[in-house]
Amino acid sequence: MSDINFLPVPEQSSVEKKFAKTKPMMTASEAILESSRCLFCYDAPCINACPTSIDIPMFIRQIMTKNTTGAAKTIFTQNILGKSCGQVCPTSVLCEGACVYHDLNEKPIDIGRLQAYATEHAIDNNIRLFKKGKPTGKKVAVIGAGPAGIACAHELTVMGHEVVIFEANKKAGGLNTYGVAPYKFSNEDVNREIKYISEIGFKIKTNSPIAKVSRLEKEFDVIFIGTGLGSSKKINIPGENLKGVFGATEFIHNLRAKELKVSVGKDVVVIGGGNTAIDAAVESSLLGANVTIIYRRSEKEQSAYDFEIEHAKKHNVKFIYLTSPVEILGKGNVKGLRCIKNKLKKSEIVSQKGSEFVIPCSMVIKARGQEKMTDFFKSIPKIKLNNGKVIVNKSFQTANPKYFAGGDCINGGKEVVNAVADGRDAARGIDKFLMKKNRS
Amino acid sequence: MANLETNFAGIKSPNPFWLASAPPTNTGYQVMNAFRAGWGGAVWKTLGVPIVNVSSRYSAISYKNNKLMGLNNIELITDRSLEVNLKEMKEVKEKFPNNALVASMMFEKKEEWHDCIKRCEDIGIDGFELNYGCPHGMCERGMGSAVGQNPDVCERITSWVTDVATKPVIVKLTPNVTDITKPALAAQRGGASAVSLINTINSVTGINLTTMEPNPTVAGQSTHGGYCGPAVKPIALNMLAELTNHPDFKLSISGIGGIETWQDAVEYFLMGAASVQVCTAVMHYGFRIVTDLSSGVNNYLDSNNMERVVDLRGIAAKKLKKWDQLDLNYKVIAHIDPEKCISCQLCYIACEDGAHQSIALLPNSRIPLIKEDTCVGCNLCSLVCPVENCISMVEVKNKKKKLVWANHPANPSCI
Repeated sequence: MSDINFLPVPEQSSVEKKFAKTKPMMTASEAILESSRCLFCYDAPCINACPTSIDIPMFIRQIMTKNTTGAAKTIFTQNILGKSCGQVCPTSVLCEGACVYHDLNEKPIDIGRLQAYATEHAIDNNIRLFKKGKPTGKKVAVIGAGPAGIACAHELTVMGHEVVIFEANKKAGGLNTYGVAPYKFSNEDVNREIKYISEIGFKIKTNSPIAKVSRLEKEFDVIFIGTGLGSSKKINIPGENLKGVFGATEFIHNLRAKELKVSVGKDVVVIGGGNTAIDAAVESSLLGANVTIIYRRSEKEQSAYDFEIEHAKKHNVKFIYLTSPVEILGKGNVKGLRCIKNKLKKSEIVSQKGSEFVIPCSMVIKARGQEKMTDFFKSIPKIKLNNGKVIVNKSFQTANPKYFAGGDCINGGKEVVNAVADGRDAARGIDKFLMKKNRS
Repeated sequence: MANLETNFAGIKSPNPFWLASAPPTNTGYQVMNAFRAGWGGAVWKTLGVPIVNVSSRYSAISYKNNKLMGLNNIELITDRSLEVNLKEMKEVKEKFPNNALVASMMFEKKEEWHDCIKRCEDIGIDGFELNYGCPHGMCERGMGSAVGQNPDVCERITSWVTDVATKPVIVKLTPNVTDITKPALAAQRGGASAVSLINTINSVTGINLTTMEPNPTVAGQSTHGGYCGPAVKPIALNMLAELTNHPDFKLSISGIGGIETWQDAVEYFLMGAASVQVCTAVMHYGFRIVTDLSSGVNNYLDSNNMERVVDLRGIAAKKLKKWDQLDLNYKVIAHIDPEKCISCQLCYIACEDGAHQSIALLPNSRIPLIKEDTCVGCNLCSLVCPVENCISMVEVKNKKKKLVWANHPANPSCI
């Protein structure tokens, strides 16, 4: 991009500093100190708040007794992506949000960072905690090497099934590689985690998009779909095709793929009120842009987590509420965004005539959610969809018994940890389906 | 403001807080710093024929992130000559005439004891403490706890000292005995003015799981040491009460063992101590802790409308009885304050697995429920509860009179 309204591609050293971890790794002393604060609650609320139900008080106790390997095993048994979840989970609304210390006006236990500490110990020392199960002779194809697919593949491998993951992208990891903010989980983090997990003995074929699923059916007994979501949604206003207009998903994908060495506009407007909008805004700000987020409803309705909004404000991101985009201005390149003010009547958005205004900018990021991969799903016989989401039963089996699914493609877009839970439980469903009476 | 000035068996000091004979009183430099910080007195590191020490010397117990819950040492008495010690003690006494300076001593022969007593009195020492407690190194040579564990020897050596000493004599007792009153009464018969207790307890603090050597290591080997610090306080308080409540024991008692806070000191006074001695807490945090000891005890006395530390002496000891004198008709049961409960359910699992299955969990509520009909009032739930005043033990009023075991129908010997 040679536009004068765009910033130069930042240098490696400066950009790495700016994107430093928001939750840095604990030292051993810090981990002992923090873990010794845990009350070891009975039937602990933090466990119930974790989508993968990790026995949190137990692993924290194990850290306290310096049984860090035991702690890692406790975590990985429930959540093989425990390392990335420790770093990318919105812990303040999950486990840490449920910590009973809140009722004492005491700081909750820093569960996410303790989890990252214990799992890092296992990954760093390559401590092998799981073995490939006794071969069953069954083969499973997993589509998508994201959190759901990886968790599913690992669990299936432990059970003795042979698994091959097909990944369309150049790198495995899914959201962790192409979606999560790099100050939470870096490319190096992803690579190390996936290498550690996959060494148990499942294959990951990258650069392998599956156009026709049916060709897998001959070779594999079951196919697990963990494809996640598609591209950013269009907002259907004039100017959407101008140079400098990006989807948030694509912008972040590019940022991660180019390892932060991307150019952004001097003035960036992000459209949307969710966590992805915040990520794109903060990332743009860290790359040097002046960033404004516009959101059509008010702060109250904003779906982004409070801690994410605070994080954005810390990085000088400006919020304009009750504002919708009308037209992206410019000839060839983006020059500005024309907006209109809204009022809320109950939950209905009513735009205010005559309230139009222009925000000058050279870049617009659309963060109004992602498309579902409906076309792809429709190519699979008998599979049923609800609003673009794949319908599954309790065992994560689709209407076509040979196909199972989990993660964002069934829930419409949740956290990494939800995808891990789906993948793990789908593996159990698959095993039941494949082995029927063969397991006692 | 209460008055903390103390007269302990004739030894005067500006307050009842003394440093115990130990590493913090090894040199004049340290003792002067301690007096500047506000300590009322110091018992000098035990004088004797200079010994040779090993390296390393200390090991400790931690609880979670709390260090030095208990400290163990294999250090011996002073490793410096009597001349050097006396010279420094003289300097201290000259600079701080109002602070109590007590000479701890440990010798083998009568003549050695007599020589040291005379030389100490010549430089103006305020009193003596006889170290009959050291549980390692010295006892193998017939000194230290070897004396404290044998009442006859204890009495004889004490009388050697009291025959010649003009200043008050304190006998420091070892807790490594089955009955603390025996050596204490022997010290009384030997003419001592006071006793101090407890010295350290025989201990091995732990084992290094990498090398599989006990702590502390000396070239791959170890030896049992003397245990002290907060962990030993309950043992010391019990022994202190046994002496306070003994009808034949009349001497003043200086309390030692795990004293770190003003509350600890008050507990010792309430159990019968007239002064207290501190070591481990100073080894952990330095002399500065005396500031809080003084102000805390002062405020406590004020809030109880008391003037002097002696007003506290023995109040709690009088309430420490033999089990068979306790009222079997008295009953408390636990009460959980739902407003304060943070729903950690530690009380539930403690009662369920570790006590009397008298706490229930209800569906749709995280606040446990006390089963009042089966609760025995054991206190366990209130002890594990992390929230202050959330679980209280409430008396169940009944009109029954006090009933002790002697009169209980279940007692086979009850007529």
